[in-house]
Amino acid sequence: MSSVKLSSTTRGKGPLSRFLLDDPAGKWLLIAVFAISIIVSGLNLLAPEGSALHVSSYTVTLLGKYLCLGLLALALDLVWGYCGILSLGHGAFFALGGYAMGMYLMRQIGDRGAYGNPELPDFMVFLSWQELPWYWQGFDSFLFAMLMVALVPGILAFLFGWLAFRSRVTGVYLSIITQALTYALMLLFFQNDFGFGGNNGLTDFKDILGFSLKSDTTRVALLMCSALALGLGYMICRWLVDSRYGRVLIAVRDAESRTRFMGYRVEHFKLVAFVVSAVLAGIAGALYVPQVGIINPGEFSPINSIELVIWVAVGGRGTLYGAIIGALLVNYAKTWFTGAMPDAWLFALGALFVVTTLWLPKGVVGLYGQVREKFLKPSARTQEQEVVDHG
Amino acid sequence: MVDKHIPDNTLLYLDNVTVSFDGFKALNNLSFLINQCELRAIIGPNGAGKSTMMDVITGKTRPDTGEVLFNQGSTRLSGGSIDLTRQDEAEVANLGIGRKFQKPSVIESLTVWENLELALKGRRSPFESIFKALSKEGFKKIEKTLSRIRLQDRRDFAGASLSHGQKQWLEIGMLLLQDPELLLIDEPAAGMTDEETFRTADLLRELSEERSVVVVEHDMAFIKALDCKVMVLHEGSVLAEGSLDHVQQNQKVIDVYLGR
Repeated sequence: MSSVKLSSTTRGKGPLSRFLLDDPAGKWLLIAVFAISIIVSGLNLLAPEGSALHVSSYTVTLLGKYLCLGLLALALDLVWGYCGILSLGHGAFFALGGYAMGMYLMRQIGDRGAYGNPELPDFMVFLSWQELPWYWQGFDSFLFAMLMVALVPGILAFLFGWLAFRSRVTGVYLSIITQALTYALMLLFFQNDFGFGGNNGLTDFKDILGFSLKSDTTRVALLMCSALALGLGYMICRWLVDSRYGRVLIAVRDAESRTRFMGYRVEHFKLVAFVVSAVLAGIAGALYVPQVGIINPGEFSPINSIELVIWVAVGGRGTLYGAIIGALLVNYAKTWFTGAMPDAWLFALGALFVVTTLWLPKGVVGLYGQVREKFLKPSARTQEQEVVDHG
Repeated sequence: MVDKHIPDNTLLYLDNVTVSFDGFKALNNLSFLINQCELRAIIGPNGAGKSTMMDVITGKTRPDTGEVLFNQGSTRLSGGSIDLTRQDEAEVANLGIGRKFQKPSVIESLTVWENLELALKGRRSPFESIFKALSKEGFKKIEKTLSRIRLQDRRDFAGASLSHGQKQWLEIGMLLLQDPELLLIDEPAAGMTDEETFRTADLLRELSEERSVVVVEHDMAFIKALDCKVMVLHEGSVLAEGSLDHVQQNQKVIDVYLGR
């Protein structure tokens, strides 16, 4: 028990000052994320190609992707780490946000598609559709599309959460139905008739807000937007979990029925966290899609959501920054493995999960505490132990 | 809110309540009244229906038949009472019924102070919990309770680090801050030392001066110390009622419970 004494001395200060004082790990993580993003962007744009300092556009985009996945992991940690809702379908919200962005990017193609039809995206021409379906209306507007990026995952999470939490579906049962949700959506999006490009999804994007997606400046801008979204998302989550609302979430996680008998409508608290988390996941998906250049039903695949859980577990759940670190580490490893020895990746991922479960219950970020406890001077340790025992 | 008028000084009214699980009647036409500011002890062998009774009152279990009415302070004036069988746990808690479980259940990852803060009456919606700061008055109440349960020096320690007895006290403190009109307490003395047991009995007697307290207990010494009306439950209904001496002499009670 190294962290028995918890801080409460800074209660009552503003969220920002509390953030800066109480959360050094989060503060340094965000500073590092911004510093690296700025350095990578600068070296990409300013250092001449061929010089030793030049950073390739591929690296810029790769980093941008990682940051989006970090935001997704953060979203999951809010519901899993703090509220105990193990969602195995969070990839669905990410993919929905991605599709909303993809639809906007499709409309931006205009008559530059393979068929040159100014009214319809290529896949609709291919299916010999005559006019744009109603649910594609409005996606010409960037603002409308951005609204949908937040609204579609948010509303789905609201409906799903409303039904599930009100019926008091918890634990493994909830995990299974979230998995079923993302699986059902995957099957739906695979259908050509559903109107989202079926198997191939949406791709062949040209530009965003008039800027070419191929240009370095656009890529750098997307990277910076991703960093900004991650930073803001982190601040929002930190602010939520540091408020009394966050303490109710922890109470729900630790002792749900006790919290009910205290007079809290547990389902409402879960619902708020679930919706906020889904919106953050949607935003992450929307920033991800223009950087990878494609969104297809594979993003709904249950395996993605399970991998996401592994990132958070590896990083350390219930800390927020741990989730981001986990997402960055595991995805970096994935990139390395798929380049060096692609067949070994899934084994490595499985091994990582086993190792984390067995030896790193608090993830990578908990390692420091674990090591400290193990090698703490015996005298100091017994003293701490005494405090606990006499408690 | 129902129109049925129950006696003015009655706080809780159970009439012919039956609950069955797969044919087994956990409660069988159970009827009793709890008055305002009454301290009542409930005893009974295992399976007598004590926990089910608490579940019914706190909205966790819906009875098959029967009435459970609560004469809450604000409705007492208007002459109606609240049908508890239509409320869920959170609504019942907010109406003013607090429940303490047999096993001390505090929030282990939160500090003593944070546990108390969560229990403090009011501010129960997600919106309020995000935006509404703790008032000065609330802060004072928490500090006062903290000293009453003698855990000042533990205020910033996680609930998990407390001893069994301290957890019991913290939970009692949390109930005090919930400020209920009716307190349901399940075996408070379990696992307490003799000294703690008597201190708990004193506290409960003191509490019943301003609210009703219903205690389920097995420890006869503790019940004696409570010095209140005792009700014996057996097979889901009331077997005997009265002072401790009175029920202890009752032949039926001796047969089913005390004699064993």
